[in-house]
Amino acid sequence: MGKTLFDKVWDTHVVDVIENGPQILYIDKHLIHEVTSPQAFNELKQRGIPVARPHKIVATADHNTPTVNQHLPIKDELSRKQLAQLSKNCKENNIPLYDLGHKNNGIIHVIAPELGFTQPGMTIVCGDSHTSTHGAFGTIAFGIGTSQVAQVFASQCLLLQKPKSLRVSVNGKLKKGVLPKDVILYIIAKLGTNSGTGFFCEYAGNVFEEMSMEGRMTVCNMSIEMGARGGMIAPDQTTFDYVEGKEFAPKGAEFDKKVAYWKTLPTDSSAIFDQEYSIDAADIAPMITYGTNPGMGIKITENIPDFNDSSFEKSLEYMNFKKGESLINKPINYVFIGSCTNSRIEDFRIAADYVKGKQKATNVNAWLVPGSQKVAKQITEEGLQAIFEEAGFVLRQPGCSACLAMNDDKIPEGEYCVSTSNRNFEGRQGQGSRTILASPLVAAATAVEGKIIDITKQLN
Amino acid sequence: MEKFTKLTSRAVPLDTENIDTDQIIPARFLKATDKLGFGDNVFRDWRFHKDGSLNTTFALNNAKYRGSILVAGDNFGCGSSREHAAWALVDYGFNVIVSSFFADIFKGNALNNGLLPVQVSAAYLKKLMAHLQENPTSEIVVNLEAQSIETTVGTATFDIDPYKKTCMMNGYDDIDYLMSKKDQITAFEAQN
Ligand code: SF4
Repeated sequence: MGKTLFDKVWDTHVVDVIENGPQILYIDKHLIHEVTSPQAFNELKQRGIPVARPHKIVATADHNTPTVNQHLPIKDELSRKQLAQLSKNCKENNIPLYDLGHKNNGIIHVIAPELGFTQPGMTIVCGDSHTSTHGAFGTIAFGIGTSQVAQVFASQCLLLQKPKSLRVSVNGKLKKGVLPKDVILYIIAKLGTNSGTGFFCEYAGNVFEEMSMEGRMTVCNMSIEMGARGGMIAPDQTTFDYVEGKEFAPKGAEFDKKVAYWKTLPTDSSAIFDQEYSIDAADIAPMITYGTNPGMGIKITENIPDFNDSSFEKSLEYMNFKKGESLINKPINYVFIGSCTNSRIEDFRIAADYVKGKQKATNVNAWLVPGSQKVAKQITEEGLQAIFEEAGFVLRQPGCSACLAMNDDKIPEGEYCVSTSNRNFEGRQGQGSRTILASPLVAAATAVEGKIIDITKQLN
Repeated sequence: MEKFTKLTSRAVPLDTENIDTDQIIPARFLKATDKLGFGDNVFRDWRFHKDGSLNTTFALNNAKYRGSILVAGDNFGCGSSREHAAWALVDYGFNVIVSSFFADIFKGNALNNGLLPVQVSAAYLKKLMAHLQENPTSEIVVNLEAQSIETTVGTATFDIDPYKKTCMMNGYDDIDYLMSKKDQITAFEAQN
């Protein structure tokens, strides 16, 4: 029997197998940030254990950082202390840190690929569930808890049970206006939020093969939202072209050698998955969520379903939506384009393309937050900033921002926010806030109209 | 980590599905750099109204429920990987969570903090939830050695990774184990 992409990468990283127990998996790259690392550093200190491989770690400050006036000291005392602690920990342990204001700073899942740290065939972990993003490169990448962050610090390894394998294939031709975000929102709505639990997912089919790396990252990013530990897409020429020339990517003959190896990674045709789903691309339309988990999504033209279930009803009550109603024409006062799901240059190009020559609705507060300093720079260089500013949008500085509202970027209580982020949980974007997940195109259209519109009509 | 073998306690029934870690501990409480005191803010936005007053309809605030076992709806602990959720539940005083399904990362985090996730069937959970709501003083016995949960609605068994079971019963963790494998890890690096 052939091997899957996942098997091939996993098997080459197994250090040992414990009888009746987990396997010891070697970790190539460990990404850290300010929120989930301090307790792990403390743990090691208390036990008198040094950080085993500091050069295999990359650190950034992203979750808790302001998106305005980043050159000034952070106002919030606890946030300031948490960042100071990260700097101290990195310094004491010789770990490279892209701190606030550094030209490489940004959301960890945006900067690691753009700097070339993320490469096919690797194992990558981070104390953050959206580490699955890096699976777009044919990498085993997944989020871990802080105890596990400490384990990787101590040993560069993790104890893990090998997950089961799942493949989601999407073939056919996507309709106009259907973006990678819609593809993943559709998959999650269709399969459910715990359909992936216990699995590592591979996305296959011509839709993913034809997708850009940015699009693949958007898809893999939300694998966790269907419960999967991670998602992967087989590396191909698109992947190699993206990695080539990146600051920390292999160069010259070494790169060629790597590419030859990466080409062996795709799933063998005789490999068998524990679970398979197949989706017709033509069935997917621009999507939107109406509830308080990412599985509660519908096509923008559909009505909210009618289920008799107390959790479902509680969720609608929180959102102040009714069963059977349509979201078209719902007035929206907040729009957020950002987060590790949709804050790459391609996302801002799509938004700018729509916004060009139009004006932002006066009722809307629109926050455009690039994923990294590099993306911010590109936005300016490509002239997108001018387009946004003419349309009345304000561009903020990079970070996680309103995706989790740890900083001041909070959506007020009771307000709706059409957001390109990944989670619509109760209070995720601020206490009492109501999140509607969508693609950057739908978000841009909402900002211009001041309400949710049927984008498909404008496109056809 | 504390050793865990057997626990007899009353339980708090929390009949909500898909409880994500953002609800267990909201992001604005993640600014600490140590593990202490998260219990004060567990389920913060469900336990308290925005003006800071107690939400008396919420299960944890209901005086008739108490105990160190939380019985919760399907798909407990989904969402963010924040281990702060496990710290908050432990700090609040829970040692066991019973549900019909646990999200992967939460389950691992719980086990790494001596918090035992007990997965039962959906049918069993439904019966237990209804029973506890009617009979709040009813006691539950969780026996890790036997991998069993005994309640008035019947006895069920649950699965746990044998390695994790040994860790919990003896109060040791993965770091201890991995440190004992240092030479092997170095040898692996040399070959690859
Ligand atoms: S952007 Fe949001 S989802 Fe992504 S790492 Fe930051 S907080 Fe997590």
